[in-house]
Amino acid sequence: MTDITTDRTGSAEALVIEGLRKSFGAHQVLGGIDLSVAQHEVICLIGASGSGKSTLLRCVNLLERIDAGSIWLGGQLITARGVDENLVRRHVGIVFQSFNLFPHMTVERNVTLAPMKVLGLSRVAATERAAELLGRFGLEEKRADYPDRLSGGQQQRVAIVRALAMRPRLMLLDEVTSALDPELVADVLDVIRELAEGGMTMLIATHEMGFAREVASRVCFLADGQIVEQAPPARLFSEPSDERTRRFLRRITDAGRL
Amino acid sequence: MQDLPEPGPPELALPNLAARRSRLLGDSSRRGIVLSSTSTVVVLAALVAIFALAPGSAVVRHTFLNPTDMWRSFLGNPRAGYYSVGEAIWLNIRMFLAAEALILILGLVVAVIRLSTGPVLVPLRILATVYVDVARGVPLVLFIFMIGFGAPALRLTVVSDQSAAVYGVAALVLSYSAYVSEVYRAGISAVHRSQVAAARSLGLSQWAALRHVILPQAIRNVIPPLLNDFISLQKDTALVGLLGAIEANKAAEIYGETVFNYSSYVVAAILFLVLTIPLARFTDHLIRRDQARRLAGAGQ
Repeated sequence: MTDITTDRTGSAEALVIEGLRKSFGAHQVLGGIDLSVAQHEVICLIGASGSGKSTLLRCVNLLERIDAGSIWLGGQLITARGVDENLVRRHVGIVFQSFNLFPHMTVERNVTLAPMKVLGLSRVAATERAAELLGRFGLEEKRADYPDRLSGGQQQRVAIVRALAMRPRLMLLDEVTSALDPELVADVLDVIRELAEGGMTMLIATHEMGFAREVASRVCFLADGQIVEQAPPARLFSEPSDERTRRFLRRITDAGRL
Repeated sequence: MQDLPEPGPPELALPNLAARRSRLLGDSSRRGIVLSSTSTVVVLAALVAIFALAPGSAVVRHTFLNPTDMWRSFLGNPRAGYYSVGEAIWLNIRMFLAAEALILILGLVVAVIRLSTGPVLVPLRILATVYVDVARGVPLVLFIFMIGFGAPALRLTVVSDQSAAVYGVAALVLSYSAYVSEVYRAGISAVHRSQVAAARSLGLSQWAALRHVILPQAIRNVIPPLLNDFISLQKDTALVGLLGAIEANKAAEIYGETVFNYSSYVVAAILFLVLTIPLARFTDHLIRRDQARRLAGAGQ
């Protein structure tokens, strides 16, 4: 099987985005995003709802067609014409706010479907891979359950496992705790923390500022479709340089979320 | 004035509503049961009385409900010139099963074509749209006549050498597949778009996402409406008798014309009911189970 993300340049950059623009009709959501992410880096995207965080992640996964700019994944231009998006997606896992598990399949089948149908793994090999991942995240007992039997936190952890089963090089997490009851958030954050410690390169859109401060190697503040400011969390949260960042963080602080 | 008696409870005025309500609410109170069974008995008794007291009641009972004729037509007697209605119903069942299998496939194919994207399939999409519009607009009887009399007239090998039942099934398939494709299409559209995104984001091709993620959910959603269509398909197999196929309705007609007693039609009607009622009950059962599941899901 051809591996399109073979790193020919030997660069340490896992992901490079240049001049990315995306509009929905007349409404511009991303107005020229530049961002580069090194291997093993954890980038947190923060910003108000509608600032373009989700759209940015969906563009990287090629779920949205971009209007202008380019995206390189491990040194390969994935936004070129004729690139097989299914090949790209094998290497980029995405987890959604609303879990999006397949409701008609058991937890195990949710996790083994793509490795079997996309990577061509045998059922035995895929099941083994699923069992290992489910066990690692405390879900082995849920193996035979259907998603509607699981709590939101469990569903979201299964969704993360489902993405991990493809052994992606990059994980995109789109506000994965926003749809959860507060007491279920911690379990999911633990999983992400473990991934970060394991060296997974991640792009995380989040409203959990405390979490961003803790796990991020860099935090990017998005507003009006631009990355207004990016810095290590310690600096961005304590001495933001842009007025818009300050205003956003003040509102968050006032709401008791920081 | 405060001692005005409570206005007559609406249940008394509308007994059927009360019965239904007690069932819907799971109200198993004695009063509800007594009230609903009394009202049912009263209504039935009234209907029987009207029928029995009608001036032509005796004639109708003799012509349509004569037990001897019902039994004779059920068994049939080739030497007396009429077929067995009981045997003829098997042709309806065979036609129904064959048509159903083909409709399920053709309907799905048409639905998937209509929902496909991409410029390559444009001609097929137009064809499928035209087909659905035409097939739903033309009365089934006309389809049966056109195919049943048109295909033999072409004098082609194979195409023109089939039995009336085969032409009938072809007409049923052509007409019903259009409706069924619309049922499928609604079911597919009802699967949330985020499911497509989730499947595609894992690297599944458009076809694999459809096959493993979208269609299984869509088909589960549309089983009750599909069964509903098949209940009416079971009855419509009777129309194939117009081509001369000896199905239950045709056998009943022949009996009536031979013996000048129409009790055979009642036999055919009863046999159709024996076929459709279980399917109708089963459909209701599925719908109820589906609702219960949905409620459980929403309660989380």
